[in-house]
Amino acid sequence: MTAESTGSGSGSKGTIRVVQLYPRDMNIYGDWGNALVIRQRLKWHGYMPELLEYNVGDEFPEDVDILLGGGGQDSGQLVIQDDLQSRADLLTGLAEDGAPMLLICGLYQLFGKFFKTRSGPVIPGIGILDVETHGTDERLIGNVKVSTEEFGEVLGYENHSGQTTLGSGVRPLGTVAKGTGNNSSDGHEGARYRNIVASYLHGSLLPKNPAISDFLIRTAAERKYGAFIPGTPDDHYAVLAREHAARRPR
Amino acid sequence: MLYFSIPLGKLVRRVSRLRGGGSALPGLVVEKIDPGFMRRTLSTLPHGVAVVSGTNGKTTTTKMVVELLESQGLKVFTNRTGSNFTRGVAAALLGEVDWRGKLDADVAVLELDEAHAVHFVNSVPPRYSLLLNVLRDQLDRFGEIDKTAQLLQHVAAKTTGTVVLNREDPRVARIADTLTGQEVRYFGLDDSLLSTFPNDDDMRAAPGSPVPSALPAKPPADVVLRRVGPDTADFEYDVVTVTTGMRLRGVYNIFNAAAALSLARSICGGGAATADHATLLTALSQVEPAFGRGESLTVDGQPLDLVLVKNPSGFRLGLKSFPAGGYATMIAINDNYADGRDMSWLWDVDFDSLRNGGVDQLSGSRAYDMALRLQYDEVPVGAVQPDIAPALSDFIHEAKGRPKRIFCTYTAMLAIRRELSKITTVEVVS
Repeated sequence: MTAESTGSGSGSKGTIRVVQLYPRDMNIYGDWGNALVIRQRLKWHGYMPELLEYNVGDEFPEDVDILLGGGGQDSGQLVIQDDLQSRADLLTGLAEDGAPMLLICGLYQLFGKFFKTRSGPVIPGIGILDVETHGTDERLIGNVKVSTEEFGEVLGYENHSGQTTLGSGVRPLGTVAKGTGNNSSDGHEGARYRNIVASYLHGSLLPKNPAISDFLIRTAAERKYGAFIPGTPDDHYAVLAREHAARRPR
Repeated sequence: MLYFSIPLGKLVRRVSRLRGGGSALPGLVVEKIDPGFMRRTLSTLPHGVAVVSGTNGKTTTTKMVVELLESQGLKVFTNRTGSNFTRGVAAALLGEVDWRGKLDADVAVLELDEAHAVHFVNSVPPRYSLLLNVLRDQLDRFGEIDKTAQLLQHVAAKTTGTVVLNREDPRVARIADTLTGQEVRYFGLDDSLLSTFPNDDDMRAAPGSPVPSALPAKPPADVVLRRVGPDTADFEYDVVTVTTGMRLRGVYNIFNAAAALSLARSICGGGAATADHATLLTALSQVEPAFGRGESLTVDGQPLDLVLVKNPSGFRLGLKSFPAGGYATMIAINDNYADGRDMSWLWDVDFDSLRNGGVDQLSGSRAYDMALRLQYDEVPVGAVQPDIAPALSDFIHEAKGRPKRIFCTYTAMLAIRRELSKITTVEVVS
């Protein structure tokens, strides 16, 4: 476990502790971008970010305010599998208590009930999300546009061969307007449960979707300090990057 | 049918050149009507075929191998046009064979992209292969890094003679364990240079991450890069360390010189007995960068460097190899198919080294993604203009009197070269 505090910015509104889950083994397609965005926006909102890593075998950090989980190769999923199971109760407790979490791709799948690989073996998930994933030999790749009620239009890039089906215990993040999303038949993308946002989208997801970033930050601040006092991040590049990204082909 | 395929292919090649078309069409024609053409032609070469593959550095490395072999008096066939796929090879062959289909060469050295290399070795098993690295590149095309490693493993397995592997890239070095009949050679790096050369597993990007645990014992390498100076490098082979001048710039290019040396030594028959090392080193010291790989042009009497960036480790190495101090900087990011459509990779690169000087100009279809990326690293951004022609013109105007550097993705580089050719001498690559 390594910790890093970032001093610039006043951080006078309090400290927010952000944990990256398994960055050593589950970190691909720019997952670092999500951590960087949370760290910087916390500063821009006037909070003091404390960025921590949790890897296989580490002691789990205390007083966690935001959790970030990324994607990985199949090999990465196998490496973390046992350790993740050993943390299932702790993570379930945090989720039920309303801790905000962002789960992308591989950890989205493993926070579900199971991942049945195409070759047969079933990787058990930790069942926090009522979803199940089946490996296919079809790879879903390309730009994605999702319409959501909570966050407006969400933009990202998908690259996955697992297809995820949602149960009644979760609701989709949104409806796919371009691309495929969770699976090739249902027309929706991602999952929402309590304060968890789960999605297949890279891009990285948070930079071009500041509404999701600020949801995670607001929820963390309210949970820890009872209220969120926003700052004024400059989002004009984000707005322009969204406009241009939305016009790009699949 | 056989007798017509070559004249017909050559004819198509001429016609498509007149039209200014791409290099692959004539290859496609020959492939369709005469599928044995490539194997038949290449199998006659006395030194056989060498395939160069991997994510980064194929073009420069292939160029080096060719020049090294030519220094030893060999006649080399290569796919110079950068068509690093099977049809491109067939097209290049058509340009070189005589009307009876005979290729006047001693050896073929072919740059092939990972997926096409598999295709190629299935029809033409090479005598040599050189596998450079497996990095995050165009994952939207191949799926996953481990998959790419499997592609390279297949190339190695189909090789009939010697496989040259990067000892420092775990996914490539591990291929040795799967081989049975082939001779395996490695090229390697001095421990002191390892930190300047992250592989993707080390590159988790979180600042302050712990250094990965010590590597298991490494096999001895045929050629080791020991040191890199401003315009020299030390290579060790045959238990001797030699210093040579280098026109190539960038640590990663010079590491690939170790790869090229090892392959050239293999092809020339190994030890000092057959390869003339004095001429090999002279040839190595004179290799110029391949197009867009750190080449320097002159604009308004000032140098303008073009640095191709196409994946996170390549971008990181580019930033490290070409320090920003004193230079005006432009970055052009396109997301066409050849560049990769996914912008995630920009978030796996640290841009801290640009914070002091800032970036003067951003361009390309994803210019605003790049602006956003730099904002989060607190790097000041000058102008943003997605259209490359006006952006380049503004950059050259605004940075008058200063040396300039442009980091650009593949198709952005093509566009920039097109614009630059209007105002300065740029090598035209067909």
